[in-house]
Amino acid sequence: MPATTHSSSEIAYNGSMKILVIEDDREAADYLEKAFAEAGHTAHVAGDGETGFTLADAGDYDVMVVDRMLPRRDGLSVIAGLRSRGNTTPVLILSALGEVDDRVTGLRAGGDDYLTKPYAFSELLARVEVLNRRASAREAETVYRVGDLELDRLSHSVRRAAREITLQPREFRLLEYLMRHAGQVVTRTMLLENVWDYHFDPQTNVIDVHVSRLRGKIEKGFDKPILHTVRGAGYMLKSG
Amino acid sequence: MALSLPAIMRTTAARLSALYFLLFALCAVLLVLYMTSLSARMLTAQTQETINDEVLGLARAYQRGGLPVLVRVVEARSRQPGANLYLIADTNGQILTGNVQSLEPGVIETEGWTTEPFSYRRFGEGELERQRNTAADQNETQPGQNEVQAEGEKGHNAIALVLRLPNQMIMLVGRDLGEPERFRAVIRRSLMLALGMMGLGGLLIWFFVGRAALKRIDSVSEASRRIMGGDLSGRLPVTGAGDEFDRLSENLNAMLARIATLNEGLKQVSDNIAHDLKTPLTRLRNRAEATLSGKHKTTDYRQALEGTIAESEQLIKTFNAILMISRLEAGYSSESTSRVDLAAAVRDVVELYEPVAEEAGVTLESSVEGDFAVNGNRELIGQALSNIVDNAIKYSTDATGKPAVRVALGRVGGEIRLSVTDNGQGIPDDADRARATERFVRLEKSRSQPGSGLGLSLANAIMTFHNGRLDLLPANPGLSVVMGFPARENH
Repeated sequence: MPATTHSSSEIAYNGSMKILVIEDDREAADYLEKAFAEAGHTAHVAGDGETGFTLADAGDYDVMVVDRMLPRRDGLSVIAGLRSRGNTTPVLILSALGEVDDRVTGLRAGGDDYLTKPYAFSELLARVEVLNRRASAREAETVYRVGDLELDRLSHSVRRAAREITLQPREFRLLEYLMRHAGQVVTRTMLLENVWDYHFDPQTNVIDVHVSRLRGKIEKGFDKPILHTVRGAGYMLKSG
Repeated sequence: MALSLPAIMRTTAARLSALYFLLFALCAVLLVLYMTSLSARMLTAQTQETINDEVLGLARAYQRGGLPVLVRVVEARSRQPGANLYLIADTNGQILTGNVQSLEPGVIETEGWTTEPFSYRRFGEGELERQRNTAADQNETQPGQNEVQAEGEKGHNAIALVLRLPNQMIMLVGRDLGEPERFRAVIRRSLMLALGMMGLGGLLIWFFVGRAALKRIDSVSEASRRIMGGDLSGRLPVTGAGDEFDRLSENLNAMLARIATLNEGLKQVSDNIAHDLKTPLTRLRNRAEATLSGKHKTTDYRQALEGTIAESEQLIKTFNAILMISRLEAGYSSESTSRVDLAAAVRDVVELYEPVAEEAGVTLESSVEGDFAVNGNRELIGQALSNIVDNAIKYSTDATGKPAVRVALGRVGGEIRLSVTDNGQGIPDDADRARATERFVRLEKSRSQPGSGLGLSLANAIMTFHNGRLDLLPANPGLSVVMGFPARENH
């Protein structure tokens, strides 16, 4: 299968973000700060819920990463507090609790995404990039275009270089999600969650097979690869 | 059973008996006091009435013939047996006539009704007593002599009406209180008797009822002590009487059985963790050690680190699965259940696995038509089904013909059955099939396949959570895994 692979560090992410990390574990927070900086972002760290709330309320952040269990004020209360003050900054909740109910309560409190510890940084980074509010304006667009690939969300049609491509409904949703986040790394779990609405780890990497099928349809017969595999992280749709 | 008094008082039965006894005794005493005071008041009123009548009679006698007639009438009345008390004294309080020999000082000084009963002595009484005393003197050892004397000194109690005659002389008409006093004594005696009987009754009840209960409870605590001491197979005694104690023991026994099951599960998990997680951890450590020792190229380090990450990811997955199984078996929260359309769940999972099956050369087909709704959690059902389908695809590849997996949905009685059948070699041995859902059990031939050995146990735990069951049946050839859900009641 002709697939270009990149390692995650080689990817040039679009734009630098200002990220607020509210995490009481000093070591984990330092690691996140450093890792975000390496990825080209600026991360500020708050060690407890109260400080985090003050910083988030005052500062203009693109994304917040909030631990659930925090000293002085717990994570969910920080998020609910910010939301009630009209703050709409996207929030990713980090938690050691990972059951279905915990996820639901987290999202109900105003979180936008939920990640269970222990996590891979590549997963966290990919999710934070997708949450970035300056990049998430594509929701409203009806036609997605990446290079010569075009997806019409209303007529459910896909064409590349003016050639019609027939996709199964699920393949369409997969491509739609990839195109909405074109230029961003999308992990396998993100695909499983957003395209299939499942939050568990399948024993076999079923997503890989679906993606390679899709890749066959949108790349076969065209000279340029467009759906790239990012080693150790996931996939990225990008022209050129 | 020899118990000291404080030990007895520590038992509930004795405490309750004592409490009831005290309460009843208090009530009885209060009731009796109330009744006696009422009766005493009535008797006093009666006495006063009698005295009033007497006084009226005497007044008439005085009107008829003045003082001499009055004195005569008083003397005559004084001598009658069981007579009332009469006394006429001069202005100095010197007794002139009547049947009262002496009385408490001060009684005749104020006119009207005496406020308190007073003690007095009748004429002739002194003689009687003296005679009695002489008789007592003859055998000096007789006890109670002084008592009699003391009682004699005290005299009797009476109430009286004191009047001043027109010539300023004092007249007293009174009545002995012997009758009410005797009445009081009778009441007092019967009260003591009643209290004594109540105390005895309380003791008997404690002895026969309380102690029987106490014994039962003691046998229960004895049995629990034995169980706490390590005899986990021990159970509480059940007498078969079907009473509260039996019900308590039965419930506690059921609880013990449940604890034993959980304990067994826990023990099994820790054994399995020790066995199955130590291996990859050792591998992880060895790999790191081997990479550190000796000189390597950067790409070697990179490879080793990537291998380490992959291995730890697998470990995390295994841990997650173990945690999830434990949480499901511990009951999980039922908050997250709702109506789940099984047909849709099957379609989703089949659709998810279809490309994988195709790549492995396995035909994955499903026949799901109709409405099969259950109460449950879509996420968990999806996970269980995907584990089962995943297994079926893996194990159908050794089929003799064209490998195929079929997912079917049907209703049998009150049960909705979701079956996943492959046409591989199956698990021919009955015992092996029964073991396959246990944690970490990987049957011999599956050792070559990747996996943690938790897929079916997780599916099993998920089915338990849904009040359903997971059955492994031979399909000849192959294996049929059946998820049985209780059908959802229509409301």
